[in-house]
Amino acid sequence: MFMSFTTATLIPMQFAIPDFAPAIPEIFLLAGTCLVLLVDLFLKDSNRYITYLLSQTVLLITAYLVISGINDVSMAEALQTTGKASLTTFSEMFVLDPMSQVLKVSILLITVGVFVYSRPYLKTRQMFKGEYFTLGMFAVLGMMIMVSAKTMLVIYLGLELLSLAMYAMVAFRRNDGRASEAGMKYFVLGAIASGMLLYGMSIIYGVTGSLHLDHIDSFMMGHNVMTNMGLLLGLSFVLVGLGFKLGVVPFHMWVPDVYDGSPTAVTLFLGTAPKIAAFAMMFRLLVEGLDEMLLGWQQILSLLAALSLFIGNVVAIAQTNIKRMLAYSTISHMGFVLLGILAGTEVGYASSMFYIITYSIVAMGAFGIIILLSRDGYEADRLIDLQGLSSRHPWYAFMMMLFLFSMAGVPPTVGFYAKLSVLKAVVGAEVVWLAVFAVVMSVIGAYYYLRAIKLMYFDQPDEFVGDEELLVPAKSGFDFKLLLSVNGLSVLALGILPGALMSLCVLAVEASL
Amino acid sequence: MFEGNLLSILIWLPIIGGLILLFTGDKFAPRPIALVFSALTFLLSIPLWTDFNPVGHQMQFVELAPWIEAFKINYHLGVDGISMPLILLNTFITVLIVIAGWEVIKHKPAQYMAAFLIMEGIINGVFAAQDSILFYVFFEAMLIPMFIVIGIWGGDNRIYATIKFFLYTFFGSVFMLISLVYMYSQADSFAIADFHSVKLGMTPQILIFLSFLIAFGVKVPMWPVHTWLPDAHVQAPTGGSVILAAVMLKIGGYGFIRFSLPMVPDASSELAWLVIFMSLTAIVYIGFIALVQNDMKKLVAYSSIAHMGFVTLGFFVLFPIVTKTGSAEGTLLGLQGGMVQMMSHGFISGAMFLCIGVLYDRMHTRDITAYGGVSNRMPWFAGFFVLFAMANTGLPGTSGFVGEFMVILTSFKANFWIAFLAATTLIIGAAYTLWLVKRVIFGAVANSNVAELTDINKRETVILAALAFFVLLLGLWPEPLVHVMNDSLAHVVEQATTSKLGN
Repeated sequence: MFMSFTTATLIPMQFAIPDFAPAIPEIFLLAGTCLVLLVDLFLKDSNRYITYLLSQTVLLITAYLVISGINDVSMAEALQTTGKASLTTFSEMFVLDPMSQVLKVSILLITVGVFVYSRPYLKTRQMFKGEYFTLGMFAVLGMMIMVSAKTMLVIYLGLELLSLAMYAMVAFRRNDGRASEAGMKYFVLGAIASGMLLYGMSIIYGVTGSLHLDHIDSFMMGHNVMTNMGLLLGLSFVLVGLGFKLGVVPFHMWVPDVYDGSPTAVTLFLGTAPKIAAFAMMFRLLVEGLDEMLLGWQQILSLLAALSLFIGNVVAIAQTNIKRMLAYSTISHMGFVLLGILAGTEVGYASSMFYIITYSIVAMGAFGIIILLSRDGYEADRLIDLQGLSSRHPWYAFMMMLFLFSMAGVPPTVGFYAKLSVLKAVVGAEVVWLAVFAVVMSVIGAYYYLRAIKLMYFDQPDEFVGDEELLVPAKSGFDFKLLLSVNGLSVLALGILPGALMSLCVLAVEASL
Repeated sequence: MFEGNLLSILIWLPIIGGLILLFTGDKFAPRPIALVFSALTFLLSIPLWTDFNPVGHQMQFVELAPWIEAFKINYHLGVDGISMPLILLNTFITVLIVIAGWEVIKHKPAQYMAAFLIMEGIINGVFAAQDSILFYVFFEAMLIPMFIVIGIWGGDNRIYATIKFFLYTFFGSVFMLISLVYMYSQADSFAIADFHSVKLGMTPQILIFLSFLIAFGVKVPMWPVHTWLPDAHVQAPTGGSVILAAVMLKIGGYGFIRFSLPMVPDASSELAWLVIFMSLTAIVYIGFIALVQNDMKKLVAYSSIAHMGFVTLGFFVLFPIVTKTGSAEGTLLGLQGGMVQMMSHGFISGAMFLCIGVLYDRMHTRDITAYGGVSNRMPWFAGFFVLFAMANTGLPGTSGFVGEFMVILTSFKANFWIAFLAATTLIIGAAYTLWLVKRVIFGAVANSNVAELTDINKRETVILAALAFFVLLLGLWPEPLVHVMNDSLAHVVEQATTSKLGN
């Protein structure tokens, strides 16, 4: 007894230095964020732009590192040894594959755009603080970890890192009652959702004996999983958690309140990049981990998708606030994303991926327009604030029209191809009724997008605004205007030539499965 | 000169012209720029006719390039004898619209012209597309400029009309999208030609047929989904009404002949009674509705629905004939009649709406009771108006007669009563049109406003004379048009009478 104890302590621990290479972007981002945090401490308020520029630089370098992350040699080796175009590290808990690359680059670039759009908004409201950017970057780190996670625990860690940063950002304007309320709601509901997710994960771990998604998958292959009560229970809890994070009906209650209550700059962030990470989380958990339970989650997702499409589109009609309207519109769009996933085919996953990336681009632009129109003490978040935009500023009205038509799914904007690809997957999986239901709902959805376009184009600016100055868009920086134009035109360009991004998504999904 | 990519030029040249107009804005001579681009497009479209080989049904002026490779969607263009005349109709009408809006449109003229140029390119794309998704993209994209045209330059109730227009058409077309995607899953290609040859069971065929019926039926529009049209027409500016009636409605008819008949022949045969019933209802019932209208534009809008009923009747009367006689002999005449009716209606309805526009620009009312005795003050105008009205009633010698006659003649082969009901249009159509002429044009000068009317100026004369020329040409000598379409339509008959049931 004694002897064995001593030998055990004498033998050096089996601790191999893990291969850091696949995680270099995350490591760099962490270091960069800490650096920004430190630098920001020593800056005067007038020099705060340094924080901003430094954050943007860190994000862009991280994006570059992600793109150059997999060199051909190591990838070829991985292909030969495992038959997959992916590299794993940290005891196979962390994976770098083409899909995670595409999603990470999207997240990073969208965050860069979000920061550009946020700057004038934060400045005019005395919120131009380092915290916004550091919290944002921590959230990005969380998202990147979620995207690359290969075990349930790492998924959870990434999710919590993202969520905690987001809770703080939502309540960022402390002296604003509505923002605090939104933060509180988001935190309480988010915490419940995380708890559900974790509980589901623990049940699955209990049954399968592993946290690793591949091991769970291989365990399930040998068992009749659809009759295993434990696994079904675990799956249900996981889906509840996922539903909360994606904001699909019936777990959508927090979405409109949080979108509406948060400062627009935060809503902008909340409504774009984290959606991509949530997609990744869903993909990893359901497709990579619980693939054998396809029949189970397919049914549940069908229901969630149909409900989201219905509630999202119908309730959006009743909204008078653009942020709330976009919140409900997000719910319906998440329904479409679920449709792609539940098709259960590679084409379906790729179409969902395409959908979520393009949706984030479009949503970013739409919130950008709201920020463009708002002033200090005037949020421009009511639908009526769009009234007569085309005579006030034709170019931005045109951009907003592109965003809205894209959300409605009218060609030649990218939203059409996103919907087309999802429908194609759904019809291919022979769930035609769901496809028909989805298009009928998108016709209902078209109504409220058209109403916004009608306000911009067919109505004249009203007297009620009072202040002449409010009629023209704010003086925002050149970078803001340029990005907004690029954003709008990219919706059109991707609509005319969607082929490249589509192929990228298909390749990424194929390589990851 | 541009043989290789003539169709692309016809699509993109006006769109580029429209974009240039959007950028240059109102300050920099928007009207001449628009005229140059529309005239150039029209001139470039003439080689389509002159270089067209009418022998055989093959696609001509074909362009093929991969577009979205992950989905096997191609940028695939081509025309046959069915779509080529429609493209010419479109490019011709657009020139007239630009001229017609020359002085009338004072509010944002550059954007007005740009919208019509962009629409011209998109509609050319609809007729030229040989890939179903490309077709769908153009089909939907067309809604955006029209939505804006009605919404900005329309009448008092334009918002209601334009949203109704958009939602109706959008609702109709989304089902078609599902069908296209479904057929892709069967054919593994989005090419229209591949859809023509893919085997389909009866149930899918019926569902696909119904989805097409909704999509194209709304577009035509057929009773009972026609209610958006009177609203849209009444509220649209003159140019919008003209393009809507003359070209956009034809897309519905074109859709039936390009999609429904060849892709789902068995379902078309099975449900032909439904389409024929709807067409006859449009011809008879909508004719009566036209009779009681007080608004001139509404009257012409309802008469458009009745006339388009002949188009769908001509296309689908094929099936009862085949069932009855066992052969497709003589059915070609019905399709030809439908196509001639489409072209003719393009000229006549365009002309009618332009005439109403001429009156509206002077009097600012479309109420029939506000007029009377116009011929006393506007003799030239009255001459044109009466000519187009006669063509609208189907007087022999005008284009209106040819198509209707061919369709009625074919209908006799199928069933006497179909032909009888179709022929009632000769009475009802004459009734509402001639009564309109009587109330507006003839009689004594009704009031002081009419007394102050001035006759049409040179610009208006040119437009109406051009249309009158084609109305008479097509009425007196339809042979070239029938000849061009003949082989392509014969191919459609062959496809429509070959069963695709198989698996």
